Amino acid sequence: MKLKQTGPWIEHSGPDADVVVSSRARLARNLAGLPFVNQASDVQRREILQLVRSLPFASERGEELVWIDLQHSTPEDRRLLFERHLVSKQFIESVSPRAVAIADDEQLSVMVNEEDHLRMQVLLPGLELEEAWRRVVEFDRRLEKHADIAVHPRWGYLTACPTNVGTAIRFSVMLHLPGLRLTNELERLRRASNDLDLAVRGFYGEGSDSSGDFYQVSNQLTLGVSETDLLATFLGEVVPRIVAYERMARDILVERSATLLEDRVHRALGTLRSARLLAIEESMKHLSRVRLGISLGLLPDVPLGTVQRLFLEVQPAHLRCVRPDSIDDTALEPVGEDRMLDDERTRRRRAALVRHELGG
Amino acid sequence: MNTKCDKCDQPAEVHEIDVEAGREIHLCREHAIEAGFQVPQSAPVTDLLTQFATMPTQADPPAPRRVERPTACVECGSTFARFRKTGLLGCPDCYGAFARQLDTVVARSQNGANAHVGRVPDQSSELVDLQALRRSLIEELDRAVASEQYERAANLRDRLNTLAVGDSGG
Repeated sequence: MKLKQTGPWIEHSGPDADVVVSSRARLARNLAGLPFVNQASDVQRREILQLVRSLPFASERGEELVWIDLQHSTPEDRRLLFERHLVSKQFIESVSPRAVAIADDEQLSVMVNEEDHLRMQVLLPGLELEEAWRRVVEFDRRLEKHADIAVHPRWGYLTACPTNVGTAIRFSVMLHLPGLRLTNELERLRRASNDLDLAVRGFYGEGSDSSGDFYQVSNQLTLGVSETDLLATFLGEVVPRIVAYERMARDILVERSATLLEDRVHRALGTLRSARLLAIEESMKHLSRVRLGISLGLLPDVPLGTVQRLFLEVQPAHLRCVRPDSIDDTALEPVGEDRMLDDERTRRRRAALVRHELGG
Repeated sequence: MNTKCDKCDQPAEVHEIDVEAGREIHLCREHAIEAGFQVPQSAPVTDLLTQFATMPTQADPPAPRRVERPTACVECGSTFARFRKTGLLGCPDCYGAFARQLDTVVARSQNGANAHVGRVPDQSSELVDLQALRRSLIEELDRAVASEQYERAANLRDRLNTLAVGDSGG
């Protein structure tokens, strides 16, 4: 499979990178005249794949899309795509004909035959929601020129689940909120988000936990609100408010418990630089504290990009597929797409990788 | 027995048992049409003839017509019961087949909204979209200034400036 070592977007820190890790705009589209994926036979699903694959759309930069057929890929490759935030958990767990098309340094990807025929996303570092939206719409326009899309005058873009009908757009931002967690303010954030019809999820979206203090905030409403109004609310209200709230929590921590905070940050870095065995959860926890330390200026020698990359590289499939064996020559058991195999050999390799990257 | 319409005092012409809700529905012609039932405009000629031929001497009320609510989508065969179970519709036509039931379901999940606002295929250029975004941001900015939320206003101004720079470049 042709994927680079890590998603290049993850190393670049965009605007407001101390809190906002990435921005994503995703559109759901269905082809007119065909059943939705859940009601389509495997033959029809294959037809949908062929139809989409035959469409002459390229990326905005004119790149051909790399097409990955999930039925003919290994469980490790599927898991890798998931860890990279290119496909959903549901998508890798399915067994029916489906594929993903990827372009522009993995910033653009299209899932074919997930819940809807097409789910296209643009994922960018930092707070760049409007750019993500502009680019996904640009791609959507090229799609519309070649394919007949299911649209209804009253309901808008038709989706298999009516909770996505209308604009069928999902804006989301991945936020790093260690300050709010350490000051026990997350519950208030959740309540406020609920009042604003926003969903708060973990690092890997629906059903995942908030590993590494990452929280994904996304809109729930898709009907009766235009894309631009939704975007304006995100940019003008939602994100700045959460960012300000997180920064305030960090200031409070520095003000009231500077030594304790420094101790935690340096202990985390110490553990990462010297541990011989690292479990996934432990590595995420310590990396989160190191990331916080960098944003507070406590660790001037540790590059944010490296830590950001490690959040991905410590994941099971990345550890197996991506890293060269020069770091650690232990042969690892293959991992299934739904298993988080974390045996001793895996933990040893993870620790070796982290020590290598953070100069332990 | 002459059942009245659930919504007015007119005699009911449409009688149906709503299995999901576990209750009977009786509606007059007007309310039945309003509720989305397919009510025949007038009885076919053959029916009239039959009725005439068998008309009893004492005028009984006409037998109520049973009108079936569509239980399956004609296009894909998916049922509303299946939607209830899986949360997924079978095809784009299901939105028409289950329009009435979906009204409530969608409004519940979409904060009361019942119609699309926003982009539709082929009718908006990139320029239009960016202008719409600019308008929305300016409105947000006005609101922020009016409510003296200056930090928010500053953020929005930055966003507007970014948009202006992006425009001149492309």
